[in-house]
Amino acid sequence: MLDLVVIDGLAKGIVCRNLVTGEIEKYSAQAVLLCTGGYSNVYFLSTNAMNCNTTAIWRAHKKGAAFANACYTQIHPTCLPLHGESQSKLTLMSESLRNDGRIWVPKKKGDTRKANDIPEEERDYYLEKKYPSFGNLSPRDISSRSAKEVCDEGRGAEGGDAVYLDFSDAIKRLGQHLIEERYGNLFDVYKTITGENPYNVPMKIYPAPHYTMGGLWVDYNLMSTIPGLFILGEANFSDHGANRLGASALMQGLADGYFVAPYTVGNYLAGDKPEKANIDHSEFNNTQKEVEDNIKKLLSINGKKTVDEIHKKLGRIMWNKVGMARNEKKLKEGIIEIKELREEFKKDVKVVGQNEDINQTLERAGRVADYLELGELMAVDALHRNESCGGHFREEYQFEDGEAKRDDANYSYVAAWEYESPGKWNLNKEPLQFENVKLATRSYK
Amino acid sequence: MSSNNLKLTLKIWRQESISSKGRFEEFKVTVSPDASILEMLDEINDNLERQGKKPVAFESDCREGICGTCGLVINGHPHGKIPKIATCQLHMRNFKDGETIYIEPFRAKSFPVLKDLIVDRSALDEVLYAGGYISVNTGGVPDANEILIPKDVAARAMDAAECIGCGACVAACKNASAMLFVGAKVSQYSFLPQGQPERYKRVQSMVAKMDEMGFGSCTNTYACEAECPKGISVTNIARMNNDFIFAKIGSTEVEI
Repeated sequence: MLDLVVIDGLAKGIVCRNLVTGEIEKYSAQAVLLCTGGYSNVYFLSTNAMNCNTTAIWRAHKKGAAFANACYTQIHPTCLPLHGESQSKLTLMSESLRNDGRIWVPKKKGDTRKANDIPEEERDYYLEKKYPSFGNLSPRDISSRSAKEVCDEGRGAEGGDAVYLDFSDAIKRLGQHLIEERYGNLFDVYKTITGENPYNVPMKIYPAPHYTMGGLWVDYNLMSTIPGLFILGEANFSDHGANRLGASALMQGLADGYFVAPYTVGNYLAGDKPEKANIDHSEFNNTQKEVEDNIKKLLSINGKKTVDEIHKKLGRIMWNKVGMARNEKKLKEGIIEIKELREEFKKDVKVVGQNEDINQTLERAGRVADYLELGELMAVDALHRNESCGGHFREEYQFEDGEAKRDDANYSYVAAWEYESPGKWNLNKEPLQFENVKLATRSYK
Repeated sequence: MSSNNLKLTLKIWRQESISSKGRFEEFKVTVSPDASILEMLDEINDNLERQGKKPVAFESDCREGICGTCGLVINGHPHGKIPKIATCQLHMRNFKDGETIYIEPFRAKSFPVLKDLIVDRSALDEVLYAGGYISVNTGGVPDANEILIPKDVAARAMDAAECIGCGACVAACKNASAMLFVGAKVSQYSFLPQGQPERYKRVQSMVAKMDEMGFGSCTNTYACEAECPKGISVTNIARMNNDFIFAKIGSTEVEI
């Protein structure tokens, strides 16, 4: 999908590009449901599939749908580390591994010895030390941030960006057979990818972008700020607040699709009796033309940088400046760098081939163009939220022991951003009301 | 990049469109043993794009062996020679320095090559539309343990459900038969109580559609099982045949 068609303020259809023929197609409907997933691939490397993208929700956002809590991103602690520049994605190892695996790094900085050569007393089980009651099962944001901290200190596995997930104690305690039964397939996956046998040497893991709690704003009926446009699943902002809990993305997919949308969409259709618009309506034709012009523009730039090259650059900016631990200085730098990269893209990207063909470069170019705008909104949102909350951690706002410091008096709201023009948004605040629970500070000590 | 990089010669299938004639194009590459074969193609494509040349078109999505999108024939084997992995899980450390690797699309009458390494596998979707689902309304949530399913039965249903629909079985078969795919899809339902109401209708509809889409017959060479990235067993084919025969004897023939 390349754009949403809005007629008299109501969502009335979509415009798509046929991936095989390149034809720009128009589809008219009484209502539009976007179930198009999250935007972790803005970081280039994430656990998301290669084709996951923000285009559908981003174009809807530019057509008037508010984008909420863009800065709430989840960095998953149990992923395979980076092996090199050519890496295309990061693989998630199941969180369940943390049930039996113990996480550690060398105590000494710059220790490049192999894991099995490091004696027990020189290992730092930092999560067990910092969070004795939760230990290796500490929440995702804490586990991820702690892993980055120790690696930034220069204590990563073999001096790199990774921490050990060690099963030797569990194998001693339970026997290899039981570990095989519990995690055999995951161990096989690990071995296939890394070429190392995790029964003999500890796994190496590192955090990776995994899920985006933010997304298009919806009401309790899952309808966006554009009537007739419904957003389901990760594409919307609801359900997970600032930090998604394990397995609940699946839950949301089921709940939104099974139990919510069938009733609320029906309710919308019954209330207004919306008619399908004629596919030759001027809005359809205008939107189609915009999409076509946009594609022509991308194909005509003919610069020197490949789409992937710019995407990787954006990914590095996002990871370093709008990643796990953010601060005002880095965010402000990030915003400038993203703007500059956006200009570079417009002037110097090279999109080979033509539209009337299978053209995967063109597909990616359109997606990266959207990421270059979304990335800025993520930074803008992160910069405005002067508190640490769930997946959003601001270094300025933490307790002495490194715990996230929320500011409920000033920031207990959903930040729903309305698009005005490139790089400019208006903020709407939806206050959070708690009726049955009281806001409290969490502690995993 | 480390010093143990591999120098390889690649012969990659290039084909402009569905109607044009294809050919192998040779590439000389140096690649990290830690890269996957698709990451190697990514690098080749980035270089081609830099030179203003058309990249090699190939499909992939999850890159974790669970979506079934990637499917290449590598040195004659769908998904490569190593058992039980998809193309995206094939890492270059499994090749030797100096080796020549042939990379082709899946070859089957029902899978026309659209471009380079991309084939159209919608024939498999058509088979699924014909009955690969449960259309009875499942109603509200039943109480726990109301429907008892023994663990071994559930496990066999899950084994069948592991099929990711990649089409490697078709590409591996000399008859381009889709029996392993259809067998898995039929079995995953026929094991479970929810699949019973439509059991015999389903198998007839899916088999009829499979024939209509031009997939060949099974001659029991088991090449499909050998190449399947999920290790789907050929016993699923036997189960499908069994259901099919019972459908012909014991139930009304469905109109397709």
